[in-house]
Amino acid sequence: MRIARVVGNVLATVKHESLRAQRLLLVEAEGPDGMLDGRPRLALDVVDAGEGDRVLVVDEGNSAAQALGRGRGPIRTVIVGVVDEVESFLPSANRGRQG
Amino acid sequence: MEYGQVVGTVVATRKVPAWNGQRLLVVQPVNAQGGTIGKRLVALDVTSAAPGQYVFFVRGREAAHALDDTFNPADAAIVAQVDRLEGPVTERT
Repeated sequence: MRIARVVGNVLATVKHESLRAQRLLLVEAEGPDGMLDGRPRLALDVVDAGEGDRVLVVDEGNSAAQALGRGRGPIRTVIVGVVDEVESFLPSANRGRQG
Repeated sequence: MEYGQVVGTVVATRKVPAWNGQRLLVVQPVNAQGGTIGKRLVALDVTSAAPGQYVFFVRGREAAHALDDTFNPADAAIVAQVDRLEGPVTERT
């Protein structure tokens, strides 16, 4: 799982049937310093996240299928939680190196 | 699923049987502002995307699931054509 930020809404009419009738949001992974990675991803949302929310995102096919409660499809990115708070045990300068 | 722009088409008459009749497109990954990031790749296309169009594609094992017969060797597949992105946050907080 990655911590990410919902940065937008996606409008896509033509899409694979497995994406039909799903909430589609644009997310970017967030680093320990709060920086977004600049690599936007299309995520399905099963927790009713909103724009600007800090969220927990899975990016793997089986995890996505589990989260969506259905069989595997061409989907790997799903928002599975809305983050209230992250408590860090390392000083922020070291967090990047420690991963 | 990653964001990209269709920048080319690939013609390959001889290919694995599982891909017969399927389109292969060259995709350039881009950021929310349309700037290029990373290397171009070839992706299966089940949405009939056109050159220049912005799309979302899936990489990895999940790409094969874009086809009805999921036993195929795809490692990237276009799964959605983008009409519009609404309000991408452009500032880096």
